[in-house]
Amino acid sequence: MTRESRAAWWFLAPSLTVIAVFFVLPVMGGLALSLTDFDIYALSDPASARLTWFDNYARLLADPVFWKALRNTLYFALLGGPLSVAASLAAALLLSSRAVWLKGLFRTVFFAPVVTTLVAVAVVWRSLYHPRFGLANQVLGWFGLGGIDWLGDPAWAMPAIIIMAIWKNFGYNMVIFMAGLGAIPESLYEAARIDGAGVWRQFRSITLPMLRPTTLFVSLITMIGYLQLFAEPYVMTRGGPLNATLSVALLMYEQGFRWWNMGFAAAVAFVLFALILAGTLLQLRLQKDRS
Amino acid sequence: MILLGGCDSGGGRGEVVRFWGLGREGEVVRELVTDFERSHPGITVVVQQIPWSAAHEQLLTAFVGGSTPDVAQVGNTWIPELAALGAVAPLDAHVAASPVVHQSDHFEGIWDTNVVDGVLCGIPWYVDTRVVFYRSDLLAAIGVTAFPRTWSAWLQAMRRLAAGGNARYAILLPTDDWTPPVILGLGRGASLLRDGDRYGHFQEPAFAEAFSFYLRMFREGLAPALANTQLANMYQQMAEGQFAMHITGPWNLGEFRRRFPPQLAHAWATAPIPAPDGAPWPGASLAGGASLVVFARSRHVGAAWRLVEYLSEPRTQLRFFELTGDLPAHRGAWDDPRLRGDPRVAAFWEQLQHARPTPKVPEWEQIATRVWRAAESAIRGQASPEQALASLDRDVDRILAKRRFLLERRKARP
Repeated sequence: MTRESRAAWWFLAPSLTVIAVFFVLPVMGGLALSLTDFDIYALSDPASARLTWFDNYARLLADPVFWKALRNTLYFALLGGPLSVAASLAAALLLSSRAVWLKGLFRTVFFAPVVTTLVAVAVVWRSLYHPRFGLANQVLGWFGLGGIDWLGDPAWAMPAIIIMAIWKNFGYNMVIFMAGLGAIPESLYEAARIDGAGVWRQFRSITLPMLRPTTLFVSLITMIGYLQLFAEPYVMTRGGPLNATLSVALLMYEQGFRWWNMGFAAAVAFVLFALILAGTLLQLRLQKDRS
Repeated sequence: MILLGGCDSGGGRGEVVRFWGLGREGEVVRELVTDFERSHPGITVVVQQIPWSAAHEQLLTAFVGGSTPDVAQVGNTWIPELAALGAVAPLDAHVAASPVVHQSDHFEGIWDTNVVDGVLCGIPWYVDTRVVFYRSDLLAAIGVTAFPRTWSAWLQAMRRLAAGGNARYAILLPTDDWTPPVILGLGRGASLLRDGDRYGHFQEPAFAEAFSFYLRMFREGLAPALANTQLANMYQQMAEGQFAMHITGPWNLGEFRRRFPPQLAHAWATAPIPAPDGAPWPGASLAGGASLVVFARSRHVGAAWRLVEYLSEPRTQLRFFELTGDLPAHRGAWDDPRLRGDPRVAAFWEQLQHARPTPKVPEWEQIATRVWRAAESAIRGQASPEQALASLDRDVDRILAKRRFLLERRKARP
């Protein structure tokens, strides 16, 4: 080891220690826990927990509720994720264009939901979604459409959660996209205009390619966040109706802290981890193939 | 009133008793505690209020973290769990020596919910059970003035209600509610679990019969296949005549009074659950309510017990009823005209004599969830009644596997 690299390790040591103590160790503990049937009885008598190896995982894969939760989570991530990124990009493009006034004001307004606590947001959205008095159904009424029982109908509960989640989160990605847009040299657009490229052509041939690193970052972060869907259904629907909004993370919470099936909950956590890891690798691979 | 000390904690000066109260009860208990502190100089009670929705998690987390309070209000269905953890102190000796708390003052079924494996783990604080709330005007319109007392008469009345056009549906039984099938099963004498609560026993004829009675109400269109989450406003829908009956608990006495339109203020009543034909009336119902428990880790057990005694006195119980509307656990408190004189409360008094606890195993809440899932699959026609009950028993057997293992181990190592 050279002197420099030894020094580098010393500088890294504090953060490596923190990562080891607060991340690696708990994760190993969780992995061990997922191989046992640690439950409510084991809280008072740890000796009653038995090593069951992959029993939790086998039960998990045989449990229709888990598959329902997985489908819901993928539904949310695969529909809500791209829509959220598209909404962020659209808002960023609008706010970066020269035609818009009061940019600072709009940027703040769009960003405000991101920093608002979810519980407050949920209270407001629950009243928006109220089947009889809610604004959502009133708006549908103007177009002569019948009302929807947004949070009570198993078919509509997840779309309702998706709409709310997009509204709540798109401001964050929007700010990142705006930074990305700001970094594209104006000269590229000038050259394109001289060559006679229209707005759409400029967008496709300059903006999108130049934004690729930003888009990769944004879609990765969004996917990771959306696969961990928890707070929205926890506050709005508690996973109902008929488990229509039960997500994998919510299932993990229910198993762990409602029923105290800690072993089983740990297994759910690792499946979720594997899912997110697979999603991340897939996305990285797709991006690499294109570039 | 002054209780002379001398308990295990020495009744010392300056003792602090930490009390966890839940929801609205946790709020009003502060008021009661002031009087207690006045009559018990030297004991200070610190009340912490915890919302109902978080309470169960908080108690278990506190147990794991070693920060349980001295006394807490708990739902009486949580007691088997707390007992299995060894979190709560046995109270038999305290009751035996107590001038205030006597088992004979309590409703038998409710008291029973506090006894786990022969050990008394809590003292009932207030009680609840479920009865039928019904639109008396709609029943009178079809000639029914006294609420039916048998299942067959009940079914007849429901059929006429639905056919006569008075009510769209005869009864509301939310499909995500485990209580109606369990109440009917208990009424039929079903044990729900068998062999010392080691296995599910939902396929036994008594439960199967009750289950088919329950399903019939849906099949004949007497009850809508609606979940609680699909109900916009139960009170309004009942006032509109969407349904004429609903099985629910005492908290709805106040809600019905508040939420029914004034012109219908006298158009609703309550009645105990009808009994299966040939069985004594009324049918059984759930033994619910909240109890007071003293935690095993408490270092102020003596002072904590005195607080429990104070809250169990009929006088305090009545005060508590005034403040919350919760029905008193002490039967002596029921002599009060506000309870005795109200016919809507009388149904609860009658029903409480026939309240039966659900199986006292920590897994019950999980099992209860499976009960409504199985019932729902039969209601929606995804499974035949026999299939639904067979798969329910399979699920329950799996949930109870750990319990069987522990019981076997205990037998092997006495």
